[in-house]
Amino acid sequence: MQTTWAYISNYCVYSAMAVFALSFIAHAFETAFAVRTPENSDSTQGNLLVKTLDYKRTEKTARIATALMILAFLLLFAGVVARGISAEHVPWGNMYEFSITGALAFTGAYLAALRKHDLRWLGLFISIAALLTLGTAITLLYRDSAPLVPALQSTWLVIHVIAAIISGGVFLLANVVAGAYLYLERVEERGARPAWLQRVPSLELLDQLSYRLVAFVFPLWTFSVIAGAIWAESAWGRYWGWDPKETWAFITWVAYAAYLHARVTVGWRGRRAAWLCIFAGSTFLFNYVYVNVWGTGKHTYSGL
Amino acid sequence: MTEQRELPELGFVALSRYAWRQLTSMRTALILLMLMGVAAIPGSLIPQRPVNPMAVRDFFSSNPELARWYDRASLFDVYASPWFSAIYILLFISLIGCVLPRTVEHYQAMLAKPPATPKNLTRLSHYQDFDSSPQALERAGIWFSKNRFRVRVEGNSISAEKGYLRETGNLLFHLSLILVLVGVSLGSLFGMNGYAIVNVGERFINVPTTYDSLSFGKLKSDNSLQPFQISVDKFDAKYDPRTSAPLDYTAWVTVEYEGKTSKQVVKVNRPLTFGSTRVYLQANGYSPVVTVRDKSKNVVLQGPVPLLPQDANLRSIGAIKVPDADPSIGFVVSFVPTNARTTSQGAISIYPELLDPKLLFAIWQGDLGLDSGVPTSVYKIDTEKLTQIGLGSVKPGDTYNYSSGSITLETVIPWVNLQVVQDPGKSYALIGGILAIAGLLTSLYGRRRRIWIRLTDSRVEVAGLAKNSAPGLEVEVNKFVSFVKGGQ
Repeated sequence: MQTTWAYISNYCVYSAMAVFALSFIAHAFETAFAVRTPENSDSTQGNLLVKTLDYKRTEKTARIATALMILAFLLLFAGVVARGISAEHVPWGNMYEFSITGALAFTGAYLAALRKHDLRWLGLFISIAALLTLGTAITLLYRDSAPLVPALQSTWLVIHVIAAIISGGVFLLANVVAGAYLYLERVEERGARPAWLQRVPSLELLDQLSYRLVAFVFPLWTFSVIAGAIWAESAWGRYWGWDPKETWAFITWVAYAAYLHARVTVGWRGRRAAWLCIFAGSTFLFNYVYVNVWGTGKHTYSGL
Repeated sequence: MTEQRELPELGFVALSRYAWRQLTSMRTALILLMLMGVAAIPGSLIPQRPVNPMAVRDFFSSNPELARWYDRASLFDVYASPWFSAIYILLFISLIGCVLPRTVEHYQAMLAKPPATPKNLTRLSHYQDFDSSPQALERAGIWFSKNRFRVRVEGNSISAEKGYLRETGNLLFHLSLILVLVGVSLGSLFGMNGYAIVNVGERFINVPTTYDSLSFGKLKSDNSLQPFQISVDKFDAKYDPRTSAPLDYTAWVTVEYEGKTSKQVVKVNRPLTFGSTRVYLQANGYSPVVTVRDKSKNVVLQGPVPLLPQDANLRSIGAIKVPDADPSIGFVVSFVPTNARTTSQGAISIYPELLDPKLLFAIWQGDLGLDSGVPTSVYKIDTEKLTQIGLGSVKPGDTYNYSSGSITLETVIPWVNLQVVQDPGKSYALIGGILAIAGLLTSLYGRRRRIWIRLTDSRVEVAGLAKNSAPGLEVEVNKFVSFVKGGQ
């Protein structure tokens, strides 16, 4: 019975990957076909053809792309739930399970934000990121569904891990926005934006957005670290022991604290702030990858 | 010739004042914070003695030269090293020097009135003006007090301010970080941490001599252990048959504390609590119960001998020392709970439960070195001065005879490793952590803003200003204006 659920989960994840791929293609089509070259390209503009984006032409494609994204989200959701049923615990016992839940949270956050803001320019990126995450998870990180070791049998697993996953998702999203900022800044230095980038918000807005994301989620990350400490106190006999995972969680915390100070008190904006944001985000990523795969310590469970 | 400029000589007071000002500046605090993050990195890459002493030993044997240099820089114990301590003590001082004056300043500012209304409101954001009405100022006052603005009324104008919570939260956050640091220091100065291996059926009494290892904080005296006793009545470990991974550990214990006896259950996530001391179930293994007899069948040793597990299937190693035999006998033993043989590794265990237990040993004879006064490990025998007189193995109930006696494996019982921790600082750290989050939330979501209203001859002027260009002021100003005009 449990194995059946594990199979169902795997099928759902594979199907979600296929639908994410379709959604990616649809988003690519949308952007490509929205570019319109003006019919009378007179030479007053020099040799530059001023291309514009006309999304009216691709509204249908855009809707299809978003619908596919929702379908993929639902499939992935089913996959995560089935994985939980097969293991008889919340599916956060190893890196494969973190990764599929992370991808779910990531797309979920995008779809939730889409209800309020027109963020479809991000769709292309979100779908490929989800696809790559799931691909890595299922090929490199896959482990059979297994019961939890005694140290993980705690309510804090749910609280600590969900807080860490959400913080991680938002940190990475802030990184994406900061990366977009750096790229666009360079593009704008060379002249006007190419047509396919016109829907991306202004530099100022991107700068603000990455800050807002970090400021929003920094308290949650603090909470995640504290929840982890409370749990460690009851499972391992100490609330802080400089385990590699703890050390890097602390480094991430310090890096984001420095970022917030740099923005609020020193007044950093733009390029410098974006680089600092990306640096802080990469300490999080390093913690996730390095400590789970190559590291030693109390946070390495069940192979990965 | 270079021009030489005479530097005014700084006195001691001036110099220390200068140093203090530098140390407590925001910039220094930030640099120290970053430095602490950077300084934490080597500890996650290089094996640490308190966490993994075996890995440190391996490192020493594979890179002796490098290890010596690492050791000189305390890189095997980064978080207790002088340079790491230096960073966090400086950070601690800098934080206090930075936050305390700001707290006083903030307190005074909260008591003070908002600054006077600027002369020219038109240059400020969200400026609007409209026809005057006689009760405009009065209605403005009502709105301000309803929305809990602090106001300064001056003739024909009101200056109102709100959002001091932002700075309050900010200060609360930093003050609670200090509290966390205080908690951590209390724990390391006044805490204690010890491990004891207790066979099932035996009793643990909380006195220093019953511990296998015990360490005290620098300011903690040895004889201040909480008086309690724990008898381990039963221990149960469940494993996953497919992977040998543990599923559950449970110990049933009888506790005697403050004159009361009670039955309790200890699990991995459920420690026992005695005041500020907690007892954790940390590991488990097996103790073969053996009887060793000499040539004339006299019992020279009888009882359980705890062995140290080496892998997930609890293959364990250790030593049985029999100083009372003549001549002294020592057994270097290996124990497998579920026996299997491989050609490459010899006897291995293929499952952690006692399905087919077997005790394997090498018998050594001679001076065990127990009388030399040098402390020796109970799990190891130095075989240098001994002669091997036999190799054998027994299953429960079996007896193995050798030239100078015999060994019988009566049965095998499990042992549990109890970790006893006293940390008087942890509740401070927890309160600090919770307050830090509360402070963070108020400081990140609080918005400080001002609204002004002034009556001129026939017009009413309104303007607003938000610190850190926080959003939402426009909506607020519009609400304010519509109320002043007579709306709700």
